[in-house]
Amino acid sequence: MTDEKPLIEIERRITGGDFQSAGDVSSELKRILQQIGFPAAFSRRVVIAAYEAEMNVVIHAFRGIFRAWIFPRHIHIEVDDEGPGIPDLELAFQEGYSTAPPHIREMGFGAGYGLSNMKKCSDRLEIDTRVGEGTKVVMDFFLKDS
Amino acid sequence: MAVKIRDLVEPLEATVLVAGDMEREVRGGYCGDLLSDCIAHAVEDSVWVTVQSHPNVIAVAILVGIPCVVVVNNYDVDKETLDRAQKEGITVLRTPLSAFEAVARLSALGIPGKKRREH
Ligand SMILES: Nc1ncnc2c1ncn2[C@@H]1O[C@H](COP(=O)(O)OP(=O)(O)OP(=O)(O)O)[C@@H](O)[C@H]1O
Ligand SMILES: [Mg+2]
Repeated sequence: MTDEKPLIEIERRITGGDFQSAGDVSSELKRILQQIGFPAAFSRRVVIAAYEAEMNVVIHAFRGIFRAWIFPRHIHIEVDDEGPGIPDLELAFQEGYSTAPPHIREMGFGAGYGLSNMKKCSDRLEIDTRVGEGTKVVMDFFLKDS
Repeated sequence: MAVKIRDLVEPLEATVLVAGDMEREVRGGYCGDLLSDCIAHAVEDSVWVTVQSHPNVIAVAILVGIPCVVVVNNYDVDKETLDRAQKEGITVLRTPLSAFEAVARLSALGIPGKKRREH
């Protein structure tokens, strides 16, 4: 992160297993980014990565905290959860790999594309995970001149 | 010729469960039931044909920029889903047709099946 002061900081709780409010944090982030006036394509990739990270907490973990720092040309997101952790990260990143149980797949989750979507959408992605403790996802997005 | 959301209702034999902006133009179509796949591959301003009807479909539609969701096989749609769609101005249509038939009818209207390649 930079020393620069963010335009906006947000911090929201995410509850594991709560499919009713699942996606709310990302929807709110999308509105904020639109209000600030970020280009649509930039907002889109930020919000998609945020959604996948948010949903991974809802689906796979017990609870988590979503934090975003929005700078004029840079967005920093951290999603920190208490949960089972990820035993094999390389495997988890493979498209199509998912441990989501049947009742979750029925809702359309568990395609196994979440982490890969996050990687494609972000400019930097770091995952710190401890089995039996939890997972922290850190992502950065830089607005480039186009 | 531009196809608007209102133009989809009759060919799909659909019931309008939530009317968003019915004059909005539809530029492509996506069919599928896996949310992450929709996020990865659907293009904005598309109509989304799916069997899914829980509230997260609306969350995904918002993220992708999808203005119209078509629930096939006359599946029940959760009240939560309808409330959320109403709030967000997303049109929800329900059709007795199968996904295959629904896509065929949309295709006959000239709506292309678009796929996103890179973000
Ligand atoms: N926060 C997390 N805590 C524990 N396990 C996780 C977490 N995030 C991902 N995983 C593990 O990594 C796997 C792959 O994650 P990914 O997001 O790519 O797919 P998915 O969540 O299973 O399905 P999709 O995101 O397509 O709905 C998950 O099935 C799960 O086993
Ligand atoms: Mg996921």
